[in-house]
Amino acid sequence: MRRSYDVIVIGSGPGGMAAAIAAKKHGAAHVLVIERDVEPGGILLQCIHHGFGVETLKQDLTGPAYAQRFVDEALALGVDVMVDAMVLQLTPSRHLWVTSTRSGLVELEARAIVLAMGCRERTRAQIRIPGSRPAGVYTAGTAQRLVNVEGYMPGRRFVILGSGDIGMIMARRLTLEGARVERVLEIMPYLTGLTRNYVQCLLDYGVPLQLSHTVARILGDRRVEAVEAVQVDENWRPVPGTAEVIPCDTLLLSVGLIPENELSRQAGVSLDPATGGPYVDQGFGTSVPGIFAAGNVVHVYDLVDWVTEAGYVAGRSAARSALGDQVQGVASVGLCAGENVRHVVPQRLNPESLTEGPQRLQLRVVRPIEGRARVQVADGDTLIAEQRLRYARPGEMVMVTLPPTAYDRVRQAKALVVMVTEG
Amino acid sequence: MQTYDVAIIGAGVVGCMVARVLSRYDLSVLLIDKESDVGAGTSSANTAIVHAGYDPVPGTLKAALNVAGNRMWDTLAAELDIPFERRGDYVVAVDPEEVPRLELLLQQGRANGVTGMEMLSGEELRRREPLVNPKACAALWASTSGICDPFAAVLAAAENAVTNGVTLMLETAFEGFHMEVRRIAGVRTSRGSFRCRWVVNAAGVYADEVMHKAGVRPDFRITPRRGEYYVLDRAQLPLRSVLFPVPTAVSKGILVTATVHGNPIVGPNAQDVASKEDRSVTREGLEEVWRGAQRLVPGLDPRAVIGLFAGLRAAGNARCLTPGVDYGHDFVVEIAEGVQGLVNLAGIESPGLTAAPAIADRVVELLRDAGEPLREKRSWNPIRRARPRFRDLPPEEQAALVRRNPLYGRIVCRCETVTEGEIVAEIHAPIPARTYDALKRRTWLGTGRCQGGFDTPRVLAILARELGLSPLQVTKKGPGSEFLSRPTKDADWSDTGPERAGHRAGGGWER
Repeated sequence: MRRSYDVIVIGSGPGGMAAAIAAKKHGAAHVLVIERDVEPGGILLQCIHHGFGVETLKQDLTGPAYAQRFVDEALALGVDVMVDAMVLQLTPSRHLWVTSTRSGLVELEARAIVLAMGCRERTRAQIRIPGSRPAGVYTAGTAQRLVNVEGYMPGRRFVILGSGDIGMIMARRLTLEGARVERVLEIMPYLTGLTRNYVQCLLDYGVPLQLSHTVARILGDRRVEAVEAVQVDENWRPVPGTAEVIPCDTLLLSVGLIPENELSRQAGVSLDPATGGPYVDQGFGTSVPGIFAAGNVVHVYDLVDWVTEAGYVAGRSAARSALGDQVQGVASVGLCAGENVRHVVPQRLNPESLTEGPQRLQLRVVRPIEGRARVQVADGDTLIAEQRLRYARPGEMVMVTLPPTAYDRVRQAKALVVMVTEG
Repeated sequence: MQTYDVAIIGAGVVGCMVARVLSRYDLSVLLIDKESDVGAGTSSANTAIVHAGYDPVPGTLKAALNVAGNRMWDTLAAELDIPFERRGDYVVAVDPEEVPRLELLLQQGRANGVTGMEMLSGEELRRREPLVNPKACAALWASTSGICDPFAAVLAAAENAVTNGVTLMLETAFEGFHMEVRRIAGVRTSRGSFRCRWVVNAAGVYADEVMHKAGVRPDFRITPRRGEYYVLDRAQLPLRSVLFPVPTAVSKGILVTATVHGNPIVGPNAQDVASKEDRSVTREGLEEVWRGAQRLVPGLDPRAVIGLFAGLRAAGNARCLTPGVDYGHDFVVEIAEGVQGLVNLAGIESPGLTAAPAIADRVVELLRDAGEPLREKRSWNPIRRARPRFRDLPPEEQAALVRRNPLYGRIVCRCETVTEGEIVAEIHAPIPARTYDALKRRTWLGTGRCQGGFDTPRVLAILARELGLSPLQVTKKGPGSEFLSRPTKDADWSDTGPERAGHRAGGGWER
């Protein structure tokens, strides 16, 4: 086994596999993907529903089928894949300690690293749900693995807190498996997942959604016996007199995802508190030379297609960096979130990148705009780019492209502010 | 009927420490607990602090056993191979009006025989712990205070007791006594009756009910006093020592402390509750704890919260027996009057964890005074060795461990770096971990940032495989807390009802 690689990718989900493929195609001779599960593919393997690849492949695939396409392509290109292996440590100088049952504990090094660890689910503690601590409280993704991979039902009567995509998809999945999904509760006054999932998973299966509602208390000593649902005001305080006890044996949480960046932190990568992921440039280079990041580790995406695209960009950058074609650390202009924008990725842009082609910015809005909206990129009073949107919803990523013609204005800009407004 | 010399009711820290010291003597000892694991009650949810001893009122049993217990922890930790660090604590005065209380605590500590205390200025405190409130104007420093792993302490004591011959029966609830006139002849439990000459009542929040069944101390009451806590991400709050506020009459207050595995905890508040099983967290309680903690460390970031829990203190109402000391919540460590053969260890609220080894030694004295011969066994071995904890080993030892057993190469809990090898070792340990929570307490799996999101399906599979169970039988904390309901593709059609349409209309559906 090699100890030294041009590019090592941590994680074999869609971002990681795309990065490995792109790194190989852009000249990296030795590329390794490290995966903690027993087969490559990442969380897609438990996403047995369809809807993957619609945007970029123009095909409607299941998660495992989508993942397999990229695994097959990577293997055909000669990418090494190490499964059942966990990276314990990552240093700023790109040394890794990796443990696995097969090869034991080994130290590897790489000329470039792509972080593609994905994200983790927000838990009960993080949203401080009061009540007892019985069995029967799961995050939606954990339940998804139990049902789709392990083949077991985590309960019979469910309440789902949060209208995130995984929660809605699980509402459908559990219903199909003969369980009863009592309700989906959402603390926000709007849907937090994709509208498409609301229609296909809740509406089509008769699962009620209650907006501006949350779980005030979990009841039951050994196993969940009920949850107390309550309506909340705009400050998330319970509205008196609205409490309702819903008998159930399981509470699923679909209350948000957090980029998984413990290794990034170890390696000294600066993290953006707004995204929870690394600050990146347009090539997904992080603050540490030679370390790149792709996919949900950077910020949480809505569709896998965009994760794959990000992986391609990061992999290409990593290959260039490994081959000594330094693309990081050059003068760049900062991008910041303006009106109604929660965060924007990348956070830094090298104006020269516009000479290679248009550059796409990805962002999330704070509040929904139903009806016409516009996304604008400006430097002070100077408008640099503008795009029209049919709507802007927090559950769906907004993208705006900076055209090559913006090169001069971007080069002169001190900072670019991105905003999304009505009209 | 099986006969023992001593039956101990309750396998919390007190019961297990007592079992361990009694295992030294030529006695047959039975240790029972109603839960599926040792240390699943009050011992499972506390601050993990080994208190210095300046807090209890001088002259009380609490004060004496606190200070005596504190001095025993170095030996205890070495013999049982458990994490324990004397990091010291600060009582922080944020308001100048609180400073006189610090002086009082200092005097109290000296009266109790606590050494290594000194008063510090606000500047000195901030120099040592930069995260502390900038308004802090003084602090009392107590160098002998420490932090331990309370789960490891209970388990290690119980394990040492069991390997020295104590019989442990879990999921065995005490139901009553067999009496021969005013003499205890045995105990009735959910798993049948056992003869015994002595009963040690270490039943925690239930200790009052146990003694009442023997007709002892009818006025003694335990009020379960709930404390709620947060666990914080270790990456977010680099704190070394323990920070206390100036205490109040009912509690030492909401403190901020590091744990031996790094994740800080904040809490507890103090709320009397009606039920002895009510370990729920409340919205109001969590808000109270956060406010209290922010008074000590204003920079606490709510995003650093990774866990919530609540525990019950076994707060009693026993008067201190020392003449001239007016204190109404002292520990009860006694041979009961009015019946023969009952030892009461009751009202053991804080500093119970600290005091537990001293309480255990006191039980030996009590039995000896009562005429028990207590012959030492030649075979007694006070040493217990912990099983390897992968995360704490240097890389070369980690590598060696994986070479010996490849299961140590598979990380099952990524946040806390717990391997399959460690999990399997705990399932087959002298006191087997048979539930998820038992594994959690032993290995810290599932205690990190993702709170079991990643490990749960994997741990269920490992528990099922190693115990020869169906995954459907695997529980979180014993019978009734199963994780899974049935295999997929095995629908229970009674779960879905035709009333769905009506439910939709009445359910406040919004789209």
